[in-house]
Amino acid sequence: MSPSGAEVLRQIKSRIEEIDPSVVREQLSNGAVVIDVREPEEWGTGHIPGAKHVPKSYLESRIEGAVPDRSQHVILYCQSGNRSAWAARTLIEDLGYESVESMTGGITLWKDRGYDVDVPRTLNAEQRERYSRHLLLPEVGSEGQQKLLDAKVLLLGAGGLGSPTALYLAAAGVGTLGIVDDDTVDLSNLQRQVIHNSERIGVPKVDSAEETITALNPDVTVNKYAVRLGADNIMDILPGYDIVVDGLDNFPSRYLLNDASVRLQIPVVSAAILGFEGQLSVFKPYDGPCYRCLFPVPPPAELAPSCGANGVLGVLPGTMGLLQATEVIKLILGEGDPLVGRLLMYDALAATVSEVKVRRDPQCPICSRHPEAISDEELGVFPDYEAFCAGAH
Amino acid sequence: MATIRIPPVLRPAVGGEKELSADGSSVGEILRTVADAHPDTQSQLFAADGGLNRYVNVYLNDEDVRVLDGLETAVGDSDTLVILPAMAGGSR
Repeated sequence: MSPSGAEVLRQIKSRIEEIDPSVVREQLSNGAVVIDVREPEEWGTGHIPGAKHVPKSYLESRIEGAVPDRSQHVILYCQSGNRSAWAARTLIEDLGYESVESMTGGITLWKDRGYDVDVPRTLNAEQRERYSRHLLLPEVGSEGQQKLLDAKVLLLGAGGLGSPTALYLAAAGVGTLGIVDDDTVDLSNLQRQVIHNSERIGVPKVDSAEETITALNPDVTVNKYAVRLGADNIMDILPGYDIVVDGLDNFPSRYLLNDASVRLQIPVVSAAILGFEGQLSVFKPYDGPCYRCLFPVPPPAELAPSCGANGVLGVLPGTMGLLQATEVIKLILGEGDPLVGRLLMYDALAATVSEVKVRRDPQCPICSRHPEAISDEELGVFPDYEAFCAGAH
Repeated sequence: MATIRIPPVLRPAVGGEKELSADGSSVGEILRTVADAHPDTQSQLFAADGGLNRYVNVYLNDEDVRVLDGLETAVGDSDTLVILPAMAGGSR
């Protein structure tokens, strides 16, 4: 006669190592990988801090993703200590893991001892559906989606670059979008500023952008700043944001933004466009160069066409704005290689993308110094430059 | 001959070309060849002291010549020089 399930479990427990929750607690800081083998709903009610989640039903197919090294010390737990015993036997006897233990009493005993539990915030049913294509990506998943929902991104301008960036960041579920723009929608904007529409001509861009964003994704909170970014308001607006997206159209504002973002240590995803060509880089203070390391001084008027009206292919800010949105999402998720220390150049007519290296300047007047040493009076300062360029706006 | 990529703002000064070829064995020689052939680029590339203007970046392939040997940086026939002034077009 075959043995009962209870008898098999007793046999398994006699063949594997079991450890008490108090030992697990100590082992957490000693490099052991703690794996919760319960079902997703159980994991959602609270788990051991720092634990990884590999449901027992997917153990064989997913354990290598969580623990690639078979000599790694692994501690398994479940609700009461039975499923983790079965799982430990599988890891040892079927998959060749060398150092596996099962926690006695499971998370029930862990909680009874009064030890800490992490209760993950969960997405509601509508969010699970809305972001389902993100949730399928291991690089995003529900944890990454939660990071996106928690993120606060400031967009400087709801124009050519800001429009596509804002649309896709909103669609992706970036939870807070600040928009700084003192302009109103003009018919000539609509060739490229896709967040606005013909019915909103004359409407402030921040209001028009908010209406589109809210209709697209009600998860997003829009903070509107219907002002022109300047030395008088930048230190009121920037603090609290995780990332700034720069699509500014003039050099004084770009230097001002650079100096303030270095001081506040907020990364800036920066793009510029002209004609059929675009540039893109990520300035992450103290991790990579800042804008002044790349361009220590602004060019004179004849080399600074941003001061006047210039043509731009309507699609180009879309391309560059979406590259900005991609970099923003990578920074929030902490995935991939951000464009830090690199400048990407896109030539739409040639259909080529090229890149140059950008180095930190050890003599940089801003980022070679401690952030707190940068004073209010220094932000964006270039003698005479504001007056020089002001006439062209 | 090395290839020189001309940014949009300098193209009017070189007859609209996106790329030029020029003889020379160093960054300085090549840029001076360009400035001689297209005098309108002279004041945009070079400062009064003969050095590169600080608002113009020049890259040998993908490396800033300032971290190499500046205008003395050796250039081979298959190399590309990229001239890159700052751009600020964007939001409006």
